Amino acid sequence: MDATIIGSILFATIVAGTPLIIVALGQLIAEKSGVLNLGAEGMMAMGAVSAFAVTLHSGSPWLGVLAGMLAGAAMALLFAIVVLTLMGNQVASGLALSILGVGLSAFIGKAYESEILPAVGAIRIPLLADLPIVGRALFEQQALTYFSWALFAAIVWFLYRSRSGLVLRAVGESPSAAHAIGYPVIRIRYLATLFGGAMAGIGGSFLSVFYTPLWVEGMVAGRGWIAIALVVFATWRPFRVLLGAYLFGGVMVAQLFVQGSGLEINIPSQLLSSLPYLATIVVLVIISRDRNTVRLNAPVSLGQPYRPEA
Amino acid sequence: MRQRHRGNGQVLRLERRPEASQAMAYASPLIAVVLMLLGGLLLFAMLGRDPLEGFRVFFINPLSDAYGISELLLKATPLMLCAIGLAIGFRANVWNIGAEGQLIVGAIAASAVALHFYESDASSVLVLPLMVIAGAIGGMLWASIPALLKTRFDTNEILVSLMLVYVAQLLVSWLVHGPMMDPDGFNFPQSRLFEDSALLPILFEGTRLNLAFVFAIGALLVGYVFMYRSFAGFQMQVAGQSRDAARYAGFPVRRMVWVGLLGGGALAGLAGMSEVAGPMGQITEHVSNNYGFAAIIVAFVARLNPIGIFFASLLMALLYLGGEQAQQYLALPSSISNVFQGMLLMFLLGSDVFIGYRVRWREVAA
Repeated sequence: MDATIIGSILFATIVAGTPLIIVALGQLIAEKSGVLNLGAEGMMAMGAVSAFAVTLHSGSPWLGVLAGMLAGAAMALLFAIVVLTLMGNQVASGLALSILGVGLSAFIGKAYESEILPAVGAIRIPLLADLPIVGRALFEQQALTYFSWALFAAIVWFLYRSRSGLVLRAVGESPSAAHAIGYPVIRIRYLATLFGGAMAGIGGSFLSVFYTPLWVEGMVAGRGWIAIALVVFATWRPFRVLLGAYLFGGVMVAQLFVQGSGLEINIPSQLLSSLPYLATIVVLVIISRDRNTVRLNAPVSLGQPYRPEA
Repeated sequence: MRQRHRGNGQVLRLERRPEASQAMAYASPLIAVVLMLLGGLLLFAMLGRDPLEGFRVFFINPLSDAYGISELLLKATPLMLCAIGLAIGFRANVWNIGAEGQLIVGAIAASAVALHFYESDASSVLVLPLMVIAGAIGGMLWASIPALLKTRFDTNEILVSLMLVYVAQLLVSWLVHGPMMDPDGFNFPQSRLFEDSALLPILFEGTRLNLAFVFAIGALLVGYVFMYRSFAGFQMQVAGQSRDAARYAGFPVRRMVWVGLLGGGALAGLAGMSEVAGPMGQITEHVSNNYGFAAIIVAFVARLNPIGIFFASLLMALLYLGGEQAQQYLALPSSISNVFQGMLLMFLLGSDVFIGYRVRWREVAA
């Protein structure tokens, strides 16, 4: 394989990993506060369709991303009201949010199925982008890819270097202790959940505005669920989320390269398309094989409802 | 929690009930249905349609004649089959979210039998029973993957069963584009139309309602006996309420994972069989109409109770038919059904708070 092929594989991997990083880091923050939102798929779908519609009407992809972010946050707000204020079951409510979001997005998106957006150009960093192999992959990317890296850095700093991050983790580990010290547990969980929704919305808008520039029902194709699996796989650590997202990005683009390589391999395309899902199962098995890995790293109160006794 | 005080007045507060309200547990699904209907009226109004006209088209039209009722029962059949299977697992906190995939694999297995015996001389009365068995085994096989991984490695069954839905969809897509494609079908991604010997007998002349409806009622009865009259069902209920209690009592917690997933898989597979051997008469990429996911909503709305599942399936089937009507007469996308389904479940989960809590006015001092 020559350098250009490696370069383009690297480039495509990073593109495919971008939405996963954004969504999974958002989920990571929500889960660190103790809230398990299985609705990522629905929030992404709503983000994708809203971003597409607004970009189409306004002509500005940035307004589109903003709309996607708000749509994701609005879905998360609905979820938060049900599980945080009304103390609904988090697993069931998350599933409901996924079903609702996927259905609603298909409903809204029907009118846009034949539309195509103009491609948004990448941001090229002069000189660095000319580096061999990694040049294009690292320095000629969509703005949201740079955003995903900035988000990663910000979250590492927030969780491990800032006081608010410490409070967030305390709320997730022991909400009653955090409450006793005087932190507003429910309000913090609301904020963390909304942040998760906003990031899922941005991840969705990346798909419909930058990645494919079109809207098709079901285009999120399980990425929301894969992002949730990624957080488990990463044992709730940001760096491993980044690593895992690129691992999955690589698996997702494998298909394109096998088909484009001209190799006479007789593999049905559907088999290649199923690889990311199979890979998700494999990594979940690997990570859960040692029972303690997940148990020791998961936020203790993850998925548990909490109601401060006033 | 710190409270903001705004002078003397009264605020609404949630107060824990001394005991969970049995009445609310039954009223909550009804409240959710009413809220969903109100939400629907609002949705029609927001779309610029006359809400009452929308309501009539969506909820009344499908039930206006006997054929409509038979279609309702036909649509409810796969929902009942999937939901009763899921409910058995859910009661023990075994979260099988992948009924959709198990349904597809059941449909594939049943179709394989039907196509294998296509124009063969073998005794044709055996084809249908073989398809039933193949469908159930296909669904069980698919569900055995999350069951095995859960019991061996403690892998989260929600994510595994869900990932397998996508894999099953790709599998059926490959089959109908390849090995199962109709050789005389002009390359359409669908199988041959099954022979009559591979189709479920129709119950009433002039309708599409078939024997699978009887299977579904049978499954509800068996499910009822298992849940409320068998020791294993009791054990699963205990495990669902407290896994530790079940463990201390020496109940076989692992076996419950198997029972929950395999039972759910078998019934979802049977639902898949009933689709290909029923209204479809062949296998295509769109073999499942989201029934596996809708069945999750059915199970919750029904409080995991077989009688409730019967009625909740009818309601969910009505949402499907209403969506088709809305597409035909109101020029709305049929995915409006999914919007109603999602709303129903969200409202239910929200109103469930009143099972454990009640609203009280409380004095707030300045």
